[in-house]
Amino acid sequence: MTLNRRLFLGGVAAGSALLSAPMVLGQAKPRVVVIGGGAGGATIARYLAKDSKGALDVTLIEANPIYTTCFFSNLYLGGFRDFESLQHGYDKIAAGGVTVITDMATAVDRAAKTVTLAGGQTLGYDRLVLSPGIDFKEGSVAGWSLADAEVMPHAYKAGPQTQLLKRQIEAMPQGGTFAMVAPPNPYRCPPGPYERISMVAWWLKQHNPTAKILLIDPKDKYSKQALFEEGWQKHYPGMVERIGPDMGGNAVEVRPASMEVVIDGEAEKVDVCNVIPGQMAGKIAALAGVTADSGWAPVHPDSMKSKTDDNIWVLGDSSAQGDMPKSGFSANSQAKIAAMAIRGDLLGAKVFPAKYANTCWSLIAADDGVKVGAAYEPTPEKIASVQSFISQTGEDAALRKATYEESLGWYAGITADIFG
Amino acid sequence: MRRLAAIVLILSAAVGPLPAAADAIGDAVRGETLFRQHCSACHQIGPGATNRVGPRLTGIFGRRAGSLEDFSYSKAMTRMGRDGLTWTLETLTAYVENPRALVSGTRMNYRGMADPEARSALLAYLREYSDKPQNIPEAEPTAVRTDHDLDPAILALKGDPDYGEYLSSECTTCHQADGSDQGIPSITGWPTEDFVVAMHAYKRQLRPHPVMQMMAGRLSNDEIAALAAFFAALDPAR
Repeated sequence: MTLNRRLFLGGVAAGSALLSAPMVLGQAKPRVVVIGGGAGGATIARYLAKDSKGALDVTLIEANPIYTTCFFSNLYLGGFRDFESLQHGYDKIAAGGVTVITDMATAVDRAAKTVTLAGGQTLGYDRLVLSPGIDFKEGSVAGWSLADAEVMPHAYKAGPQTQLLKRQIEAMPQGGTFAMVAPPNPYRCPPGPYERISMVAWWLKQHNPTAKILLIDPKDKYSKQALFEEGWQKHYPGMVERIGPDMGGNAVEVRPASMEVVIDGEAEKVDVCNVIPGQMAGKIAALAGVTADSGWAPVHPDSMKSKTDDNIWVLGDSSAQGDMPKSGFSANSQAKIAAMAIRGDLLGAKVFPAKYANTCWSLIAADDGVKVGAAYEPTPEKIASVQSFISQTGEDAALRKATYEESLGWYAGITADIFG
Repeated sequence: MRRLAAIVLILSAAVGPLPAAADAIGDAVRGETLFRQHCSACHQIGPGATNRVGPRLTGIFGRRAGSLEDFSYSKAMTRMGRDGLTWTLETLTAYVENPRALVSGTRMNYRGMADPEARSALLAYLREYSDKPQNIPEAEPTAVRTDHDLDPAILALKGDPDYGEYLSSECTTCHQADGSDQGIPSITGWPTEDFVVAMHAYKRQLRPHPVMQMMAGRLSNDEIAALAAFFAALDPAR
């Protein structure tokens, strides 16, 4: 049965190629398979089903039945959100006409246009969307491998790792040390590690005020640096020590067995060690053969279509597109452009010029929110930043509070936009 | 045939002239040659660049003028920095075109680069060695933004709700389509005129919110009209 169906569809595809026309109506619906149910994948699945009004057969493959957003997960660490508030199901997306499969994609055969799932199922596609987020580079932090994440959590894919990190922070002895090994560029959510430092500091200030925070950073500079440093000085004076590359922050070794970090040859015992390693596109992108040496998947700036394969689109963190930071907002923005491009491709729908946007809010302390954002447009080479803004140092408390409240509105808005 | 029809539809969509895409700054490969010819006698750029006769240019975009602590600037340059001059695409363009016109007492002994295309190429090359927005989102833009002219007959424009529906996906990242209001205001069911007036107030930066200034700033008049038409038809109680 499956074989017949595939053969039949193969015939249709060949026929329509000869006519150089989109999939002919009255035949089987064009199939779009989406791998990854986060900000990119869930958005595009929902928009494709909604805007094609039943003309596309849309399948979403996601390993977790309930999704936990990485964005706002730092607020859970700080005690501002409960864990459940970060979780979203796929019921509404399914009700919107998307076939949701809870499974892990393990292989893509680009010649046969099929996806294989861990459960053994094989799905055919006309267009494939990869939105698998990030995976970690082995060997990025000396002494640490993924197997050590139960001792030294990354907590950079939200879920049990985030809960583990919170339990560890809560179990710290009075006056203990929380260490973070920050990642090298490029990585998911540029302000994320520093918002996390802020949220950990906030929690410690209430419950463990003599504790110390050691931020070990391989980078000279980071996003919103002036805003974070001003905030740490104001809210948590003396608590946060940052060790940049000039002090050995780029050559750290960790020892999970003895809970030590070794900086510049000197071992220091810590109570919690949050290791956020170097990153690359989610593994399925490399398995599909659409990534470059950088570890990320190059895409066309006007559509998010892979530069390697005209039937594949890559969204969000996994893509190498140019100036947009790897963020949930970016992935959601890219998904809408890609949905339009795929509907144009398969159904001849109107395609308007691409406009992309991003805004990242960060919380530094209670009612002290900041933001950075930019507008982006495609150029022949890349998605380029055309305009940007950032919160200023020294803003008054009322503005910072309004910014935080705005971020709550954004979370409600974007999660409704992603998950329905 | 079907595809032909689709193309005709796209071309004839009643949305007026489509906005041009952003332009990359210029030809960075040519810029490298220009840098070697015009600048490298006094300036270094790239990893490991040091100050010579002139300051190192690594990280120049977004840097306050006269702000490197290990370089001795002219009084004029230090003063300009203190007054707020920051090196952006716009200010660097003006400086490279005619250094003394921007900073009258600068010690940079260079007469200026008159050809706009050459300037863009040079700046595209310099931009390669500053922060990347991907890593530091607040970094200086890497493309020239497209501006749209204000039309006197803005309010008379009839918006295309289909185009508005597409554009609205950018709004619904924050503003909920069902009209709920949780820290970010509802924008459904507004009279079109109010919507258009508010959006143009952001576009002209009369209303202060930076996200909205950015979003509205790049919408053409037709696009604002299209959004107004789309959101006006959304029933908040739906």
